[in-house]
Amino acid sequence: MTGSAARRTPLYGRHVALGGRLVDFGGWELPQQYTSIREEHLAVRKVAALFDISHMGRFRVTGHDTFDFLQRLVTNDLARIAKGHAQYNLFCNEEGGVIDDLVVYWGEDAFFVVVNASNRERDLGWMREHAPSTVEIEDRTFELSLVAFQGPRAEELLPATGLSDIPYFGFHDGEVAGIKTMISRTGYTGEDGFEVFVDSASVGDLWDSVLEAGRPAGVLPAGLGARDATRLEAALRLYGSDMDETVNPYEAGLGWTVKLDKGDFVGRDALAKVREDGPRRTLIGLRTEPGSIARHGAAVIARGRRAGVVTSGTHSFFLGYPIALAMVEVPSFRVGDKVAVEVRGREAPAEVVKLPFYRGSARSASAASKS
Amino acid sequence: MADRRYTKSHEWLTVEGKNVTVGITDFAQAQLGDVVFLELPAPGRKLSAGETFGVVESVKAASDLYSPIGGRITAVNEKLKEHPELINSDPYGDGWILKLELTGELPGDLLDEAAYKKVAEA
Repeated sequence: MTGSAARRTPLYGRHVALGGRLVDFGGWELPQQYTSIREEHLAVRKVAALFDISHMGRFRVTGHDTFDFLQRLVTNDLARIAKGHAQYNLFCNEEGGVIDDLVVYWGEDAFFVVVNASNRERDLGWMREHAPSTVEIEDRTFELSLVAFQGPRAEELLPATGLSDIPYFGFHDGEVAGIKTMISRTGYTGEDGFEVFVDSASVGDLWDSVLEAGRPAGVLPAGLGARDATRLEAALRLYGSDMDETVNPYEAGLGWTVKLDKGDFVGRDALAKVREDGPRRTLIGLRTEPGSIARHGAAVIARGRRAGVVTSGTHSFFLGYPIALAMVEVPSFRVGDKVAVEVRGREAPAEVVKLPFYRGSARSASAASKS
Repeated sequence: MADRRYTKSHEWLTVEGKNVTVGITDFAQAQLGDVVFLELPAPGRKLSAGETFGVVESVKAASDLYSPIGGRITAVNEKLKEHPELINSDPYGDGWILKLELTGELPGDLLDEAAYKKVAEA
């Protein structure tokens, strides 16, 4: 099932030892689940769970023009944050299509940029293409590992001190289980929680210590299945499924990350036009009956005609019914509208529901996070 | 169980005279991940060997179910409606799917445990 070329994170041995079922994800061999997606999903929602997200691309950007360089490349306004804070962001192309979604961290002596695994090389090329000679971009993906500890009890159960001082989307240097790390209050589950950057040489010890400390309380290691289900309940977009370069941020419901008044940036003119004309499509939430899981690519049918397509869908063990995101034509639908979706070649009833499907313990629900 | 047979499409069956019980294998449930729903036929329906009779839906994907033999459905596991997770927790026991009354002979291409293991591990 996994290509021989798939990369492995420094935690690969742990995943195998824990019985993880490994799959290829963005060119990386990672666990879909360890014991059960259901149990891991519920651990995230009720206690806390630990994810290996070392596959995500991590770049360190330095040089005195770094702020101006990044500000010209992202859609959000970095002037609205300060050192010690992170911001959810997008790279768009000149036509306003989304190249990737990412998080920019403003550190003491460098900026860090965390991107999707499948886009790492493309993003690196895009950044280097636009960087002035005074800016240096280092790919730190392999030397630096990244784990996410997510759940309503994350602050209590992560073996670290000073966590209550970290605001939502803030970060600082600190120790986890006695190991030097950078701890950030961010995530991709809708729950409160932390993402911990640590030297790859120490990540194994950190992983073991966090699990050992949390086990009595019900902390579990969690795989990609639980990660996808929780991000979807929180209506956090998945690049490659819910959006790509043919989709602009307004269509993806991410217009709040586009700050047209901040000065020029790549894609600004195209995005200003979309803003003025209004997007032609929009992302909505759907709920279907138990057993009717609408998968990526399934048609959405309204008033007897095709009105859009499902971009992500799964069964929510936490909510007890299947949920889906769909990209539909505007004028869009209202919450409560009845439509149909294609499930296993037939039309199944679906209801338009409010997003997010579930609002977890994350500090600021409006600032959709991205890990 | 010594007399459990298997198919290349990852169903298992046990045979007692004309009565055949069908499910999916432990390997199949592990590959599917958590099962959330089964679409199953009504008792009385006649199936031929290799015919699609239903769908098992997991969080990851929907997969067709194939009848390993020709026969008439005498029972469908009603417990699976409320508890589809029995497919994962007890695939060879409480997670059985159909009971059939065999029509004619058993197909010649059924696998024994050793032969199936080779298929699953391939």
